[in-house]
Amino acid sequence: MSPTLLFFRRLFRRKLVLVAFIVILVIALAAILAPWISPYEPTAIRVIRRLRPPSEAHWLGTDEFGRDILSRIIYGARASLGIGFAVVLISMTVGTLFGLLAGYFRPLDGIVMRIVDALMALPDILLAIFLVAVLGASAFNVVLALSIVYTPRVVRVVRASTLVVRELPFIEAARALGVSTRRILSVHILLNVASPVLVQATFIFAYAVLAEAGLSFLGAGVPPELPTWGTMIASGQQYADDALWTVLFPGLAIVLAALSLQIVGDGLRDMLDPKLRKAL
Amino acid sequence: MWLALGRRLGGLVIVMFLVATMVFFLTRLAPGDPAALMLGDQATAEDIARLRQTYGLDRPLLVQFGLWLKEVASGNLGQSIFLQRPVTQAIAERAEPTFFLALFSVSIAALVGIPAGIVSAVWRGRPVDQVVSGLAMLSANIPSFWLGLIFIQFFAVRLGWFPVAGYGPPGASFLERVSHLALPATVLGIVNSALITRFTRASMLDVLSDDYIRTARSKGVSEVRVVLRHAFGNALVPIITVVGLTAALLVGGAIVTETVFGLPGIGNLVVSAVLRRDYPVIQGALIVVAGIYVLINLVVDVIYTLVDPRVRA
Repeated sequence: MSPTLLFFRRLFRRKLVLVAFIVILVIALAAILAPWISPYEPTAIRVIRRLRPPSEAHWLGTDEFGRDILSRIIYGARASLGIGFAVVLISMTVGTLFGLLAGYFRPLDGIVMRIVDALMALPDILLAIFLVAVLGASAFNVVLALSIVYTPRVVRVVRASTLVVRELPFIEAARALGVSTRRILSVHILLNVASPVLVQATFIFAYAVLAEAGLSFLGAGVPPELPTWGTMIASGQQYADDALWTVLFPGLAIVLAALSLQIVGDGLRDMLDPKLRKAL
Repeated sequence: MWLALGRRLGGLVIVMFLVATMVFFLTRLAPGDPAALMLGDQATAEDIARLRQTYGLDRPLLVQFGLWLKEVASGNLGQSIFLQRPVTQAIAERAEPTFFLALFSVSIAALVGIPAGIVSAVWRGRPVDQVVSGLAMLSANIPSFWLGLIFIQFFAVRLGWFPVAGYGPPGASFLERVSHLALPATVLGIVNSALITRFTRASMLDVLSDDYIRTARSKGVSEVRVVLRHAFGNALVPIITVVGLTAALLVGGAIVTETVFGLPGIGNLVVSAVLRRDYPVIQGALIVVAGIYVLINLVVDVIYTLVDPRVRA
């Protein structure tokens, strides 16, 4: 059996993880295929149909401008998951780099870890709001801000693993064989800290989706024209008394996406770390 | 122990210095001149130049930083651009709702999370464990602002059990203010109970397999006493950590929740400051919140030494 297949077979031993994985795939596919599968234009305004409850024509109802909520949720997946994914890529790359350096070169450790401590002394959302306020509200800046917020987590995890791995005999052997420091770091250590990073990646993906929604809800995120799950809840808020569906369904989309990512993350962790499996 | 505490305090000062540095220089990245921002659109170039001089904005950045840091260290966080009052005063005025919201939320989170974690550890792998663990995971992934909106709809608008929003009229009785906090505190408590549940479960499982638990059982100690006294007592250190951590996290979570429930707390202050680009308020709030966070962490460390004699050595 190929290693990839074996990996997924072990990951999906728990049915819940498989279900969560499928949910993520479906949401991601919906996001990619949005123009072809969404029943309406997400921005098509039809005031006559405003605030209609769920019906056969509009499965999840319409919002205050008569826009189809299902279509907006499908398009919203693009922005919400897209931003989350970008945050994961950036924070993984930068965090792994600094984590490796801090864990391997002792003099750097103190400086990097103090900065990490300082960044982590500020609550996620507060730091993100501040950064977006300073940088200006745009999808790109939301990605940048959330990447700054979540990079320290990756640095911590990678540094901790690097500290353990660098003392192992095979690293000593590599050094004795004359392997360059760069290669030791970028191949030997990197491959051995990859699994905790992968686990963190799924968790950060979930956090980023939640945080993006929070920022957009507060008006400190992406511009309100862009349909994301957060902006949909923000604009539906004032109609919630009579049209609860404007708020309910985008929120359920967030919960579904974040929960599925978390379940897959848990599955990965259980699989990659048999010690934790016992405890949690 | 005193040496360790001293070192912790030193580390705390360094972290706060870095937070202040970060906050100062990042704010300067913001587009627009602070003086021009303060004076608004109608200001002339002359007015702006005068204000720049008054606030020392024409001096080298490092000098400005030094002066600012000195002020911050002596407890002066500057003047709000929009509120016409010192930032410290603005924050102090808004502290009460945030403090009680955080206090009630962390209490609810602990009251839900600790028993849930114990039950789930004792009946590990049984249906009750699966239900509790599932609910914990679900609640961790619900956006608090959304849950807040849904709760407002059901418990305030439809059922009328709680006030919809706000913190009561000025001079409202304490009881009335508490009634305004009930719903937001429940939302934040539920969302934040997940971490406590998982940690309690994990540390109980860890302890329950220890030898002295078997010894206690074989001596005929009742199961309730084994679980609550022998096991829980020894699982307490990680549980205290996570409750402390939750309290610190709540300060951030409160920001969004306060906005949903229209509570006039620090979170609300920050959000309106962000929307108005009132940088001194944002800077001040960040420093205060970071200070609270590191202090809570310090308190947790001190509580450790009181609870666990092994750490004291």
